[in-house]
Amino acid sequence: MHYIILVLKDALSLLLHPSRELIGVVVLSMLVSGGGLIAAAIAGLPLAAFLAFSTRFAHLRTVTVHLLNTFMGMPPVVAGLALYLLLSRSGPFGVLGLLYTPSIMALAQFLLALPLVAALSHSAMVAVRPEVILAARSLGASPFQRVRTVIYEARYGIIAGLMAGFGRVMAEVGAVIIVGGNIKGYTRTMTTAIALETDKGDFELAIALGILLLAISLVMNFSMYFFQRKGKYQ
Amino acid sequence: MSLSLRIEDLRKSYARPVLGGINYQFMPDRVYALMGPNGAGKSTLFRLLALLEKPDHGRVIYENGPVDILDDMNLRRRITLLLPESGLFNTTVLANAAYGLRLRGVGRAEAKRLAVEALASVGLEHKADQRALTLSSGESQRLALARAIAIRPEVFFLDEPTASLDPENREIIEEALLSMRGRTGIILSTHDRTQAEKLGDVILMLKDGKLSEEG
Repeated sequence: MHYIILVLKDALSLLLHPSRELIGVVVLSMLVSGGGLIAAAIAGLPLAAFLAFSTRFAHLRTVTVHLLNTFMGMPPVVAGLALYLLLSRSGPFGVLGLLYTPSIMALAQFLLALPLVAALSHSAMVAVRPEVILAARSLGASPFQRVRTVIYEARYGIIAGLMAGFGRVMAEVGAVIIVGGNIKGYTRTMTTAIALETDKGDFELAIALGILLLAISLVMNFSMYFFQRKGKYQ
Repeated sequence: MSLSLRIEDLRKSYARPVLGGINYQFMPDRVYALMGPNGAGKSTLFRLLALLEKPDHGRVIYENGPVDILDDMNLRRRITLLLPESGLFNTTVLANAAYGLRLRGVGRAEAKRLAVEALASVGLEHKADQRALTLSSGESQRLALARAIAIRPEVFFLDEPTASLDPENREIIEEALLSMRGRTGIILSTHDRTQAEKLGDVILMLKDGKLSEEG
């Protein structure tokens, strides 16, 4: 117990006087995870809207929804492995030289967040009460205005999808360690650093990063809570 | 001056025939009370007249010609249908009331002024900043009415606007409709003969897929 208290004390000291390494790891994590999530939102929200509102390509839409639901539970290491095989020197995209770079880590995060963002946003959009859509039509909304109205009505569910995506990318370690390589000062993120430092028995940095990750998650969850409470109606 | 509306040989079937060849000429600025048993096709008729659905056969004619397409936005924005379910948006009372105006490109300040005016006509102006989905069912229906009044439709369809409301809310809605009399064409459905006689210039009966005038 005494040892844990000592380590915690050192971790807090690290947080109060962060080293350049710690700051670099946090910044890279935010860039990679944020970039992946933003890209997932940019691709996932229109995809969700297409799946929810299009009256064409019924079979394609059904297959896509099932695929998204399936990939929501995809183990990150499998995504990492697939990307690794595609981008390794002997792989079909090996010439791009993307393996062990922050870009490919962001791509991995994008692939992991996309199914969550798209599937949960789609669920939120199709759950909008039909009488609301009919009311919008009867008040003279054009097809585009109806889509906008439905997205507005589904905003809390969409935000929940984005939060779920954020949670996944922030906690991700399996895929980014495979495609990023956990290179110090270049592709080391908070989660991969925690895994490495724990292996080394150097718990101060691991705990400091763990506290930071929890703090970020807490802030995001509180933001979400207040946003949802503002819109609570029952 | 409201639009004139004529229907010619209007037919619609779902699992069974609902409307079987209806012909009628609605005069501008008059109030029509539509009665008929449950399942007679009143809601179906409203959806066809409000251009939300296509008939299987026949024509809905507004002013100059038949409406064959449902996306005639200019025409659709001159009419509206108030549904039995209020279908309120999850935002403030004021934003709900201003919704149709904003769709039509009315500026924020003007939309607010007109929306508050419409809310006042149903006694809800003091709840403008409240979230719409916290309203009681009677207030919700009044807000749905205000939302429609705000856009000043030339033809206003109301599908059982006071069904399952208490006398107080019913009276507020009836008063709001009476105040629109002569300025807009109103076609409302009701099961209440007293209400039909109070509000309607003409009472219509829809039964067995046919429409007829009463009295």
